[in-house]
Amino acid sequence: MTTATGQFGDRLFKWLTLLMALAIFVLIGLIGYELFAGSKLSLHKFGWHFLISSDWDPGNDIYGALPFVFGTLVSSLIALLIAVPISIATAVYLTELAPLWIRQPLIIFIELLAAIPSVILGFWGFFVMIPWLHKHLFPWLRDTLGFLPFFKGNDYGPCMLAAGMILAIMAIPIITSVSREILRSVPGLQREAAYALGATRWEVTRIAVLSYAKKGIFGAVILGLGRALGETMAVTMVVGNSSQLVASLFQPGSTLASWIANQFTEAVDDLFYSSLFELGLVLLGLTVLVNIVAQLLLKTFAGPSVIPQN
Amino acid sequence: MTAPNHQWRQFKDVLMQIITLACAILVIVPLILVFYHLITEGFSSLNLDFFIHLPKALGEKGGGMANAIVGTFVLICEAAIVGVPIGVLGGVYLSEYGGTKFNWAIRFAADILNGVPSITWGVVVYGLMVVPMHGPSALAGGVVLGLMMIPLVMRTTEEVLQLVPGGYREAALALGIAKWKTIVQIVIRTALKGIITGILLALARIAGETAPLLFTVGGALGWAHSLKEPIAALPLQIYLYATGPYEDWHRQAWAGALVLLLLVLAINIGVRFLTRDRFQQKI
Repeated sequence: MTTATGQFGDRLFKWLTLLMALAIFVLIGLIGYELFAGSKLSLHKFGWHFLISSDWDPGNDIYGALPFVFGTLVSSLIALLIAVPISIATAVYLTELAPLWIRQPLIIFIELLAAIPSVILGFWGFFVMIPWLHKHLFPWLRDTLGFLPFFKGNDYGPCMLAAGMILAIMAIPIITSVSREILRSVPGLQREAAYALGATRWEVTRIAVLSYAKKGIFGAVILGLGRALGETMAVTMVVGNSSQLVASLFQPGSTLASWIANQFTEAVDDLFYSSLFELGLVLLGLTVLVNIVAQLLLKTFAGPSVIPQN
Repeated sequence: MTAPNHQWRQFKDVLMQIITLACAILVIVPLILVFYHLITEGFSSLNLDFFIHLPKALGEKGGGMANAIVGTFVLICEAAIVGVPIGVLGGVYLSEYGGTKFNWAIRFAADILNGVPSITWGVVVYGLMVVPMHGPSALAGGVVLGLMMIPLVMRTTEEVLQLVPGGYREAALALGIAKWKTIVQIVIRTALKGIITGILLALARIAGETAPLLFTVGGALGWAHSLKEPIAALPLQIYLYATGPYEDWHRQAWAGALVLLLLVLAINIGVRFLTRDRFQQKI
């Protein structure tokens, strides 16, 4: 009799947990369906033209995604340019070079940085970082690199470059902690072999560790890119929220996520809403694609044990 | 016998140590600065009023964020009710049942889902709940945060369950205990601390989420009397006050940000110090 109830309980429990695990697929389907259904009107009216049009003119019922796709890519690119070298160097320091006693406190600090809510970082960025950039960094960039179109013209504070820098601060802990996991999973024999040949610590790191972990670290970078592409609040607060398409990084701009956040409550008619849903759809496509690449790289390199956090 | 370039190689070794150390320090500079400014700007505005008073009407001085603080706790509780059972049980399936390929697919999908931007979740739940319910509500806010927790909790639960030695399961099964009882009473119990740690970290993460709440909870100046009404939330209130035009709002936003950060960091640091054994090393 106990076996009978045991078998029944077993089956029930298995099905229950299976159902919950399947929720993942349900959620993905739901997200895709909702965004698709919501953007039907705009998809129907603009078609592919939506992606290449740079006009956002609610007055005349014209909507285009180009400035926001551009802003998303540019701000994320700036973020990666800043974050990647710093993150990889930090991960290398933490796993290969740092004295043991310093590692754990540093790791905790980096995890705390990752835990700061994005709205707080944006708030700080707006009231502390931007005035500083405006006073010190931007004039210097204008003087030294002003011949490039990216650093031309005046800045009024909130701008694409500020957004890129805030995104860098947010991407660093992710790239660092995933890279650290990757470096830790490099077999010790790799290192010992290089030491045995008389290599210095840095040479061991460069020859035996980094070249071995290349693919995984690339995965970590792509994962950081995925997070930067979709980051909303911090960007909304420092990017300036303009729908203009300009080359200068000192000018305000917008990303897909920040424009949705900024405009959703302003939306007045169905087509406006629908266009914002379609921006969401574009953003989803972009992030899912990038995340798939990142996960494939990470999973083929390090097995399932590397969980991206935050 | 030393190689001719021996000194140069030693120099490079030291140089790289210094460069990487400098990068590591650079990484924690923003953390320290954010902390410093939140404390210097926010601490002076933190008083009893802030915790027990409602926000004042537009432009009036004084008032507090009592409703937003309570609102955030309400939303966290709702999110836990939605997210924890699905996440934990799904994690149990991934760890204890299922075929390799099938589970790989779920795991992969969960990791992709983890990367879905928070604003996207907000838009989806807007279409899913706010439109049919004719307006934002505490319920919609709780649901969106709960859904966001699911992949997070599922993956960490699975991770810690995998750390439970297989011998525990075999010993229980050999005694004739049903598999589900083995899982509930032996496996989950052994890994309970780790599971709770994962849940708390997920809660800490969603507690600070603002983007998904923008169009789902509505925000409110007063108290919400049911889950169908709009509700205030601390991160949302910080955003509104920080981007508003009044000096007094900024002052309160700093104080709110300090409270939110302390809440999030307290959970983060708390779980790390409270639960230090081998089931935590992965989280």
